[in-house]
Amino acid sequence: MTLLLDVTLCAFVLGIALAAVAGHGVFRAVVFFIVYGLLLSVAWVRLDAVNVALAEAAIGGGLTGVLLLTTYGKLARDGAEAGAMGGGFNLPVGLICAGLSGALVWAWFALPLPDAPGPQTAEALPRAGAGNPVTAVLLNFRAWDTLLESVVLLTALIGVWILGRDEDWHARLGLPQHSRPGGVMAGFGRVLPPVGFLVGVYLVYVGADHPGGAFQGGTVLAAVGLVAALAGQIRPPRISDWQWRAALVVGPLVFITSGLAGAMFFGGFLTLPADIAAGAIFAIEAALAVSIAVTLALLVIGPPQAGHRA
Amino acid sequence: MPIPDHATLATYATYAFTGVGLFFFIAGTVGILRFPDVFSRLHALTKADNLGLGFITLGVAFQADTWRDIAVLALIWALALVAAGTVSQLIARDALAERDGR
Repeated sequence: MTLLLDVTLCAFVLGIALAAVAGHGVFRAVVFFIVYGLLLSVAWVRLDAVNVALAEAAIGGGLTGVLLLTTYGKLARDGAEAGAMGGGFNLPVGLICAGLSGALVWAWFALPLPDAPGPQTAEALPRAGAGNPVTAVLLNFRAWDTLLESVVLLTALIGVWILGRDEDWHARLGLPQHSRPGGVMAGFGRVLPPVGFLVGVYLVYVGADHPGGAFQGGTVLAAVGLVAALAGQIRPPRISDWQWRAALVVGPLVFITSGLAGAMFFGGFLTLPADIAAGAIFAIEAALAVSIAVTLALLVIGPPQAGHRA
Repeated sequence: MPIPDHATLATYATYAFTGVGLFFFIAGTVGILRFPDVFSRLHALTKADNLGLGFITLGVAFQADTWRDIAVLALIWALALVAAGTVSQLIARDALAERDGR
C-alpha cells in the first residue's frame, strides 16, 4: 500500500516537473511549479525529512511561487508578452541547459560519496546545543553554509532593489495596496496575522529540538507581513528606513559576531563550545528568523515604485 | 460476534470519514473541470476545501494520540477555511469587475 503511494507520488513529481518545463505559457508553468513544490514536500515527509519538507513547502512552493506570480503580473502590466515562450527550440539556451545538466551529472559521479552519518556525528550531537540533528548540522557543524545562505538572501534583495528607478528610490517599496475598509481582505488582514505570527514564532522556537527553524518560521512570518501589507493594515517601508535596514542585517551580523567570538576565544571561526552552544544557537536562530522574514517579505514586495498604476 | 475494541473502531472511523472527504475532493475537482463559469467553479473549489478537508481532518483526528494533536488539526482546518473563504471572495469580485467591464 505504501509502495503504491510512493510510486504514485514519484510519477506525479516527474509528470508535474515535465508539465512545468515543457508546457506552453508562463502562467501555466508557474502553477505547475507551485504544485511541484507541494508534491516534493510530501515526498520529503515520506522520507522522514520533516525539516526539509517544511522548508520546501514554505520557500520552494509558497514563496518562490509568489515571487514567480508577482513577476508574471509585472510582465503583464508592463506589456511584455508573458504568454509566449519561445515558439520553437532555442538552440543556445538548450545547449547551456544541457551543458549545465551534464556538469551536474559529472559532478555527481566525480565527487566521492559522502560518508553516512557515523558514530562521530552521534557522539558530537549531545555537545551541539540542539536536540534536532538538522539544526545541529545547520547552525553548528556546518554553520558556514548557513551563514553564506543568509548573506545570499540579502544580496538577492539588493539585486531586486537595483531594478527600481532612480526617481522612485525614496518612495515606499512595491505597488500601493488598497483594500475596502471593513471588506473581506481588510478583515483577513486582521484575523490571520496574530495566528500566523504565533505559528511563525513557534516554528523558530521549536527548531532547536523539533522540525522547524529560522528559515521555516521566517517564511511564515514573511507571509504574515505580506498579508497585512496586501490588506493595507501596514504600509511597506522605504529603503531609507533604518529600522528595516537593521532588521535585514541583524541575522548575518549576530551570526558573524558569534563566529568571530568563536575565532577569538574558542579556537575557530564559528566554533561553539558545548556549554554555551544551546544559548548561542537560539540567539542566532532568533536573529536569523527576523532577517529572513523581512528579507523574504521585501523580496516579494519588490523595488520601490512610486506613481505606478496600481 | 465480538465487540471491536477502540483501536479497531477508530480505524473504521478513519476509513469512513477520509472516504467521505475524498468524495468531496473528487466532486470538487470534477466541478472545477466541468462547471461553466468562475463563480460555479469557485463553489466547487470551496466545497472541496471546506467539506473535503474537514472530513479528512475528522478522519485523521481518530488516529491522534493527544488532544493537542486534535487541536492542531482543527486549527489547520480553520485556517484553510478562512483562507479559502477570503480567496474565493477576492477572485469572485475580480471576475465580477471583469464581467462588468472593470
